[in-house]
Amino acid sequence: MSEHTLDHHAHDHHDDHEHHHGPAKGIKRWLFATNHKDIGAMYLWFSFTMFMLGGFMAMIIRAELMYPGLQLVDPNFFNQMTTTHGLIMVFGAVMPGFVGLANYMVPMMLGAPDMALPRLNNWSFWLLPFAFSLLIIAIIKAFLGIADAPNFGWTFYAPLSTKYGPESTDFFIFSVHMMGISSIMGAVNVIVTIFNLRAPGMTLMKMPLFVWTWLITAFLLIAVMPVLAGAVTMMLTDRHFGTSFFDAAGGGDPVLFQHVFWFFGHPEVYIMILPAFGVVSAIIPTFARKPLFGYASMVYATASIAFLSFVVWAHHMFTVGLPLAGNLFYMYMTMLIAVPTGVKVFNWVATMWRGSMTFEVPMLFAIAFVILFTIGGFSGLMLAITPVDQQYHDTYFVVAHFHYVLVTGAVFSIIAGVYYWLPKWTGRMYSEFWGKIHFWSSLLSVNLLFFPMHFVGLAGMPRRYSDYALQFADFNWWISIGGFWFGLSQLILLKILIDVCFRKKGAQATSEVWEGAEGLEWTLPSPAPYHSFTTPPLVK
Amino acid sequence: MTEQNARAQDSIKLAKRLTLIAVGMFVFAVGVLPPMYDVICDITGLNGKTANEADSAESAVVQEERLITVQFLADTDPAMPWDFKPVERSIKVHPGEIRKVDFHVHNRDAQWLVGQAIPSVTPSQASPYFKKTECFCFAQQELQGGDAMNMPLIFYIDPDLPKNVTTITLSYKLFNITEKVQQESKRVATTTP
Amino acid sequence: MQSLPKRCLWAGLGAVVISSNSALAAWQLDMTPGVTSISEQVFNLHRTMLWWCVAIGIVVFGAMFYSMLKHRKSKGHKAAHFHESTTVEIFWTVAPFFILILMAIPATRVLIAMSDTSDSALTIKITGSQWKWHYQYLDYQGNTDINLDYYSVLNTPREQIDRPVRAAGLFPKGAAKDSYRPDGNYPEQGENYNLEVDHPLVIPTGKKVRFLITSDDVIHAWWVPDFAIKKDAIPGFINELWANVPEDKPGIYRGQCAELCGKDHAFMPIVVDARPQAEFEKWLASAQEAQKQADIAAASSVDKTFSKDELMAEGEKAYLARCAACHQANGQGLPPTFPALAGSAIATGAAADHIAIVKNGKNAMPAFGAVLPPKELAAIITYERNAWGNKPADGVDVVQPRDVAK
Repeated sequence: MSEHTLDHHAHDHHDDHEHHHGPAKGIKRWLFATNHKDIGAMYLWFSFTMFMLGGFMAMIIRAELMYPGLQLVDPNFFNQMTTTHGLIMVFGAVMPGFVGLANYMVPMMLGAPDMALPRLNNWSFWLLPFAFSLLIIAIIKAFLGIADAPNFGWTFYAPLSTKYGPESTDFFIFSVHMMGISSIMGAVNVIVTIFNLRAPGMTLMKMPLFVWTWLITAFLLIAVMPVLAGAVTMMLTDRHFGTSFFDAAGGGDPVLFQHVFWFFGHPEVYIMILPAFGVVSAIIPTFARKPLFGYASMVYATASIAFLSFVVWAHHMFTVGLPLAGNLFYMYMTMLIAVPTGVKVFNWVATMWRGSMTFEVPMLFAIAFVILFTIGGFSGLMLAITPVDQQYHDTYFVVAHFHYVLVTGAVFSIIAGVYYWLPKWTGRMYSEFWGKIHFWSSLLSVNLLFFPMHFVGLAGMPRRYSDYALQFADFNWWISIGGFWFGLSQLILLKILIDVCFRKKGAQATSEVWEGAEGLEWTLPSPAPYHSFTTPPLVK
Repeated sequence: MTEQNARAQDSIKLAKRLTLIAVGMFVFAVGVLPPMYDVICDITGLNGKTANEADSAESAVVQEERLITVQFLADTDPAMPWDFKPVERSIKVHPGEIRKVDFHVHNRDAQWLVGQAIPSVTPSQASPYFKKTECFCFAQQELQGGDAMNMPLIFYIDPDLPKNVTTITLSYKLFNITEKVQQESKRVATTTP
Repeated sequence: MQSLPKRCLWAGLGAVVISSNSALAAWQLDMTPGVTSISEQVFNLHRTMLWWCVAIGIVVFGAMFYSMLKHRKSKGHKAAHFHESTTVEIFWTVAPFFILILMAIPATRVLIAMSDTSDSALTIKITGSQWKWHYQYLDYQGNTDINLDYYSVLNTPREQIDRPVRAAGLFPKGAAKDSYRPDGNYPEQGENYNLEVDHPLVIPTGKKVRFLITSDDVIHAWWVPDFAIKKDAIPGFINELWANVPEDKPGIYRGQCAELCGKDHAFMPIVVDARPQAEFEKWLASAQEAQKQADIAAASSVDKTFSKDELMAEGEKAYLARCAACHQANGQGLPPTFPALAGSAIATGAAADHIAIVKNGKNAMPAFGAVLPPKELAAIITYERNAWGNKPADGVDVVQPRDVAK
C-alpha cells in the first residue's frame, strides 16, 4: 500500500472554472458548505464542543460522588446527568469526531477532489446541531428546574423510559431519529466515495487502513442505525399510540427492548472503535518508520470483528434470565472477538518492533491507545465469561471497561489523529511542548480516573448510583480527583487548537510533515488545497 | 465531463441502494424482530413465555413413574384492585396427565374492571412443555364491582419434558387494562357511525 | 508509559492507605470470594481470568516497552523493512484460540452448576418495586401454607444521607433543603450506611433456597455478592436464582439493586440474614404469628376510630419514612415528576381521590394499598391533608382506617 507515486505533470490542463472555486465568504461558507474540509472541520469542532459539554456533566457526576451522601444534586438530576453524559459523548462527541476525520481524510487518502455526494454531506452535518438542540433544551430545562431531562440511562431500558419516562423522552426520541438519519447519510457518502472516487490504480487492497476501517464502519452504521430508529419508534408508539411492544400488560416484553437495543448497541460499540484502529494504524508506521505489519490480516480482522458484532449482543444481558444454551452461545461468540482484536494488537506491536521510533505527540497518544485499549480489552474478555459477568454486570467494573475502550481508546485515537493531521489541515505545526504536557497530564489523570473503578466495581459498587456505601468512599474520592484533573487537561488541547487554528501560531509545515509519513495525503501541500485532488493522482 | 457525469450517476445509484438497505433494516427492526422474538420465545420458552393459544388436548401417554411439582403463583399489578390467588398453591402431576385447576378472583373495587393475566413459567426451559388446553389468560376477564369468580386452567405437561426438571412454577400477573379497553371501544364507537 | 502513571498511582494510594484511619475494607481491591460453593467457584474463575490477562499483558506490553526502549531513532536504531510473516500471523491467530478454549471449559462448568435450581428446601418470591423489596415465603419443605410476606426498605436515617452544601438544598429543585446545616456538621454515617434495611430477608443455612424474582414496575436487579447471585427483576415475568449458605457460615450478607430503576436506585439495598436451621424455624414461627397478629390488628383497626392527634403523630412519622424522599419533608415535592403536596389539588380535594391515589398509585407514584396497613395509610393521608397549612376543601380532615379499607 505504500508504493504510490504521484503523476504531477500528466494532467496539467485543468478545467477553467476550477481555478477560482475557492471558499465562499462569511457564514454562507459554513451554512451551504459542500466542501469536505469545511464540513470535516465543522464536524470536528462540533465533536469537541460536545466533548466539553459531556465532560461538564461528568464533572457534576464526579463532584456528587466525591463523598458518600447527597451533597450537590438530587438523585433524579444525577440520573439525568449520567444519561445525557452518555448520550452526548457517544452520539455527539465520538461518532461525529470520527465522521469529521473521515470527511477530511478519506478523499485525500483516495486521491479524490471531494466526497462523492457533497450536498448530502452538508445535510448530514447540519442535522446534528438540530438533533442535539432538542437534547440540550431538555438539559437546560433540567438545570433551571423546570422539567426533567431523560433520566433512564443512555441505554434507555423499557419500561423506565416508556411508561415511566419524563415528558422530554419524546424530544429525545425525535433527537435520536435525526442523529440516526445524519449518521446514515454520512455512512452512505463514505461508502459511495470509497467505491466511486478512488484514484486510478488505488485498488481496495491498496487503500490505507483508515479508509478500510471506515468502509466497514459505514456498513455497520447503515445496518444498525435503522434498528435504533426502530427501537425508539416502538417506544414512541408504546408511549402514545397504545401499542405494547415492551409492556407485559399488553402481551409485550420489556426484554425485547433490550434485544433490539443491543442488536444496535453492540455493533455501535465497534462503530466507535474501528475507525480508531484505522487512525492508529496510520500513525504507528509513520513514527516507527516502518510499514504496517500484516496489512491484509488487519483488513480481515476488522471485517471479522464487524461480523461478530452481530452475534454477541446478548452478552449485555447475561442477568435477564436467558436460557443456559443462550448464555453459553453468547459467551463463546464474545470470547471469539478476542482473536481478531488480538491480531490487531500484535500487528501494531510487530510494526513497532525493530523500527526507528520517535515519540511525537500523535505517536504518544497512539501508543497509549494500544496499551490502554488492550487493558480495556482484557476487562472485556473477563466480562465475556458469563458466570463472572453476572457479578461484574452493572458495576463500576463495567464502567471502567467501557471508559478504557472509549476514552483511552476512541477519544485518544481521535486526539492522536487531530495532532497527526492538524499540520496538514492548517499548514502549521502545533506546539510540541504543550502537546506533550497535554499528553502526560491526560495519561496520568485518565488512569487515576478509571483504574480504581475496577477496584470499586469488583468490591461491589453498582453503576448509576448517586450515593454509595462507605467502603467505596476512599477510592471514589481519588476517582473524582482524577476526573477533575482529566477534565482540566483537555483545556490544554483547546489552547493548542486555538493557537494553531485561530491565532495562526506555529511553524510552517512541509508537505510531508512527518519524516516517515506515507500516503497520498502527504503528497499535497500543507495546508491542503481547497479541492484536494482536482486531477486524480496515479497510484502504482 | 461525460466520464464525470457517468460517475455522478453511479454515485447516486449506489447511494439509493444503500438508503434502501437502511430502510429495509428499519422495517426489519419494527416489523420483523418483534414477531420473530415471539416465535423464538414460543419455541425455546425464552423468558418463560407460554403460548397464547390453546394447545390441542390430545395428550401422549401418561408417564406414571414421573411426578412433577407444579407451583402456582398469582399476583396483581399494583394498579389492579383485585384479589387474585390460586385455589391450590401447588400440585403434583404425572407428565401427560390432564389437570384442571382454579384461580380465584375478587374485585375489591366498586367499579367494573377488565383484567388481563400474563403467564410466565420458570424454569424457562420447561415452558415449551407446559401445555394449556384452556386458560383464562387467553382472554380478557371482566368483573363487576365487588364480584368474584373462579377461573379455570386446564393443562398437561408434555412427557418430553427434560429429565432434570422436577419443579415447574407457573406465575400469573394480572394487569388492569380497563382504560385501554374503554379507549378502544370509544375509538370503535367514533369511527363506526 | 504505563509504568510511570501506575507507579505514581500506587505511591499515591500507598500514602493514603498509611495515613487513612478508615477501615481496611475501604481499600478492597478484588471481588469477594463469598460464602457459598458457587461464589467460591465464581471467584476462582475470576482469578483465573485475571491471571491469564496479566500474563498476556506482561508478554505484549513487555515486547512493546522493550521495542520502545531499544528501537528508537534517538539511539540510532535503523528501521527494518519486514511487514508480514504468514507463520507468525497464523501463530498469533491460533494460539489465542486455544487459550480461549482453556478459559471456556471452567466457565461452562460453573455456569451449568449455577443454573441448576432443582430440589430446593425453601422458595421465596422476591418482588422489586420503586424502591423497596417485597419478600414472600412460598414453600418450606413442602409446606405451602406459610402466609408470610413483608417489605424490606432502607432504614439509614435521612439525616445521614442528605447533607446539602448549599442552604438552598440539592440542585436543581432544592430537595432536602430542611436538612441543611450551616456549620456543615452532619451526623456521622454509620458502618452500614446505605446497606441496612428495616426487615432483612431471613433464610436457613445448609438448605438450598430458591428465589423467584419479578417486579411491579420497572426493571430492578437483586444482587448479593457473597452468594454470587444477580438476576433482573422484570415486570410481568419471573426469573429464578438459588443459594445454599453452608451450615458453618451463618451471618448477615448485604447486597444492592443493580439495575437502574429511577430516582432512588441507590437506596434500595438488600440484607440477607442467614441463620442455622433451628433458629430459622423459630424465627419463621414467630414471624408467622406476628403477621397473623398484625393482620388481626389491621382488621380491628378498621372498626376503631382514632383521634386526629394520634393519626397526625403517626402520620408524620410514616410520611417522613415513606413519602419524604420524593414529596420532601416540607411537602414541596420535586416537580414536575414528584408534585408538591402542600396546597395540592389532591391533598386538599376530595378524600376519596386522595385515598385512591395513595392506595393504587399513578405514574411515578407507587401503590401503597398492599404495602401499608390501613391505620398507617389513614395516618399518612390525615397528615397530608392537614400539614403545611393544607385545608381540605371537602372538610374531611381526618381519614379513618375504615375509609381506607373500603
